[in-house]
Amino acid sequence: MPEATEKKTATIAPSSPPPAALGKADDGSGVTRRSFFSWISIGWLAFVTATGGFFTMMLRFFFPNVLFEPIQTFRAGSPDEYQAGEVDLRWKGKFGVWIVRDDEGIYALSTVCTHLGCTPNWLAAEQKFKCPCHGSGFRKTGINFEGPAPRPLERYRIVLADDGQIIVDKTKKYQQEKGQWGDPEAFLKV
Amino acid sequence: MEGFKHLIDVLAKPTILVTFTFVIFFFIFPPSDWFDKWHRRLKFDALWGKKSLIIITGLLIAFFVFGLGDPDFRSIVLKPDNVPISGLIFLVFFFTWLSMSQAYKNDELQEAGKPVDEHYDAPNDKVLVWPDLVYVELISLVLCSAFFLLWSIGLAAPLEEPANPSESPNPAKAPWYFLGLQEMLVYFDPWMAGVVLPSLIILGLMAIPYLDNNPEGAGYYSYKNRKLSIAIFMFGWLVLWVLLIVIGTFLRGPNWNFFGPFEYWDSHKVEALTNVNLSEFIYVKWMGTGLPGNILLREIWGIIITLGYFMVLPPLLAKTWLKDMYAKLGVARYSIFIVLIISALTLPIKMYLRWMFNLKYIISIPEYFFNF
Repeated sequence: MPEATEKKTATIAPSSPPPAALGKADDGSGVTRRSFFSWISIGWLAFVTATGGFFTMMLRFFFPNVLFEPIQTFRAGSPDEYQAGEVDLRWKGKFGVWIVRDDEGIYALSTVCTHLGCTPNWLAAEQKFKCPCHGSGFRKTGINFEGPAPRPLERYRIVLADDGQIIVDKTKKYQQEKGQWGDPEAFLKV
Repeated sequence: MEGFKHLIDVLAKPTILVTFTFVIFFFIFPPSDWFDKWHRRLKFDALWGKKSLIIITGLLIAFFVFGLGDPDFRSIVLKPDNVPISGLIFLVFFFTWLSMSQAYKNDELQEAGKPVDEHYDAPNDKVLVWPDLVYVELISLVLCSAFFLLWSIGLAAPLEEPANPSESPNPAKAPWYFLGLQEMLVYFDPWMAGVVLPSLIILGLMAIPYLDNNPEGAGYYSYKNRKLSIAIFMFGWLVLWVLLIVIGTFLRGPNWNFFGPFEYWDSHKVEALTNVNLSEFIYVKWMGTGLPGNILLREIWGIIITLGYFMVLPPLLAKTWLKDMYAKLGVARYSIFIVLIISALTLPIKMYLRWMFNLKYIISIPEYFFNF
């Protein structure tokens, strides 16, 4: 920098005395170079703190205050309440589960279509689950046979409690295409 | 009357409707000289005359008025959600007619050695913003605002009960502008139908006019200078977009089954739609051996067909049917062009395979979320 000032003073001869402010700065009563840097540091610090705080609050905003987590495990009554060959709709609205009993036992089907997640309807006359969104159809076992659904409905863990009631546990699911339906807890033998 | 309604229901069957559209489409919008010859011989060029506009609009209005006498048709058409689609049918026809008739007029003027119509709007290649542009914009702004104000007063928003995850409405229809996408979702895996194909179709529709580097026909309406580009664009727009929306609105009913426009929406309509994957066709139906356990062995046929379609077909076409185009466009342009076209064509191909053979997926690997 000194070279530049030298050059400037060398080439452009001052035609008037320097402005008053410059002279003042030199005698230490106004803004000096040193005080300028401390002021700008404080300013920057304040700015960074403020924006940092703002963005932290914004980030916090993305996370919910209360997390609604529906109950994942429920008791579904005793096996006698389910008739063989019937699809039971009583837990559909509350837990999103169909309980189906066939000649051998009971299984719990998820009510979420494996295509894009709509809720299919059980059509008793046609003996199939039919999705109203893109027409996927599933047999009573949950096997997909119509429409675009790429894989069968999922089954949930189903076991008997000590008091003889059925417990359906939605935290554990069994997928047919992975060969998990053979798992003893995917199917309740009655 | 009942006979006519029944005829319309039969004609609205997807196989018949779409086949008819495909066959007739390129005679209406000829992509090459050969089609153009037949286009004129079949007198389709008369479509873009003033008489056709009046006759076809009149027929469309007559059809809707007649249809409103039918309770099933009325309940579909008068649903506030579907009113825009009825309007869209008229609007799309009118604006297609407007641009095509202008294009044909310009083509004739050029053939006679005269300057095109747009030349008189802007003899120096310039149009003033004020008043030429701003005036038009102001008027259409006022008219559109008035129209939508009246519409919003007259037709209430179709609000329904609060959303309930355990109960999907039947049929559950997307907003009308997404019905084409929803129709695609019936035939493909969600990632294909929801992401890859729409992007490719939109990109393709945008790119195809630029891939054609013919400087003629730019800046004014014309058809004969850009036959292929316009024909392909119109196919993508009118068939793969508008027609799918119309099908989704008027022909899809409960359980996402197909219904004719005059057919009662019976939620217990029984249709045999048992879908079969290509691997099951080959191993179970034809060879009778049962599916092999190895995934690669099971899907090898589908993979071969898909690779053949995407890798062998483009060079093959370049050597044979599209030889002239390959010479004109060069390797790079041709490759982009053909990949876009054959990707977009997978949609109608897949629709047909589903309708005719209940073919579900050509490659189906649900173990790894890959279905095509």
